[in-house]
Amino acid sequence: MEITARALWTMIHGMGFGALYLLACSGALVELYRFTSSSPASPSTAAQQRFLKVYLIAMAVLAWAAVLTGAYVIYPWYRAAVPPGTVDLSQFPQRLLMSNPTTVGWHSLGMEWKEHVAWFAPLSITMAASVFIRYGRDLSNHKQLRTAVLGFVAASFLAAGIAGFFGAMIDKYAPVQGGNTIQLMQGEKP
Amino acid sequence: MNALQREIPSNPPALANGSGAAAILSAGIGSFTLAALAIAADRSSGIKSALIFYKPTGQLSGVTTLAILIWLVVWAILDFRWKKKTIALTKTNRIAFVLMILSFLLTFPPIADLF
Repeated sequence: MEITARALWTMIHGMGFGALYLLACSGALVELYRFTSSSPASPSTAAQQRFLKVYLIAMAVLAWAAVLTGAYVIYPWYRAAVPPGTVDLSQFPQRLLMSNPTTVGWHSLGMEWKEHVAWFAPLSITMAASVFIRYGRDLSNHKQLRTAVLGFVAASFLAAGIAGFFGAMIDKYAPVQGGNTIQLMQGEKP
Repeated sequence: MNALQREIPSNPPALANGSGAAAILSAGIGSFTLAALAIAADRSSGIKSALIFYKPTGQLSGVTTLAILIWLVVWAILDFRWKKKTIALTKTNRIAFVLMILSFLLTFPPIADLF
């Protein structure tokens, strides 16, 4: 069982940072709502507040890690220029997608949208984390602030969802391949 | 009863809402700046080449770096000016959400290509 270095980076970017972020989003929405709208009769504890702070900071780190690895590690491999005379486009995902009318949309719509919309996720969740760190339990006394924070967390969920969906589909039709081969496990003989 | 308790805060806010308003509005401005820069880089070859900060990533490097810098600067300025103030959040929230919705729409290629 082996994997190329580029495929490993793509997996770290998409399944490691991106998918984990998406999974964390629903938890953040529920927990933020519950924490900031709970009745004064059952106030959240300091430990719960600390947990949510750490959770939101971890989400912000995941979101930034996803966009930075995407833009500066994987995207250059995706959009690499094809040397003249190259026939096999398997090492050039963008050109491979654009070479076929049935797949060109995954680049012209999918990647073109994904490469920009993905950045709304770290931006929004960083804002949400900073507001929660500053206000904490006091957010329950700022209804409009709370609504805006929840709205931006939902927007970051949507942005990450769009980026994740197109990332998965693009990698299905034109996977980023190449680099050193890493052997993960020795398989049994067939 | 619970609904009433949620609507009416039992305690006055300990902190002014200015810092939160600054963070929210700047997030909207940052997102919109990114979308506007992406369109500008797509339409003008001069802007496109000026925004290539890191060649392997192309103009995306400049679009995102500049948008993030503008977002952080706007955030710092608004926070400095508003942190001790109580801001009309209905208006700032509305502006921030409109900017965020526009950002999603303007980065969507069929709409971005209209410009």
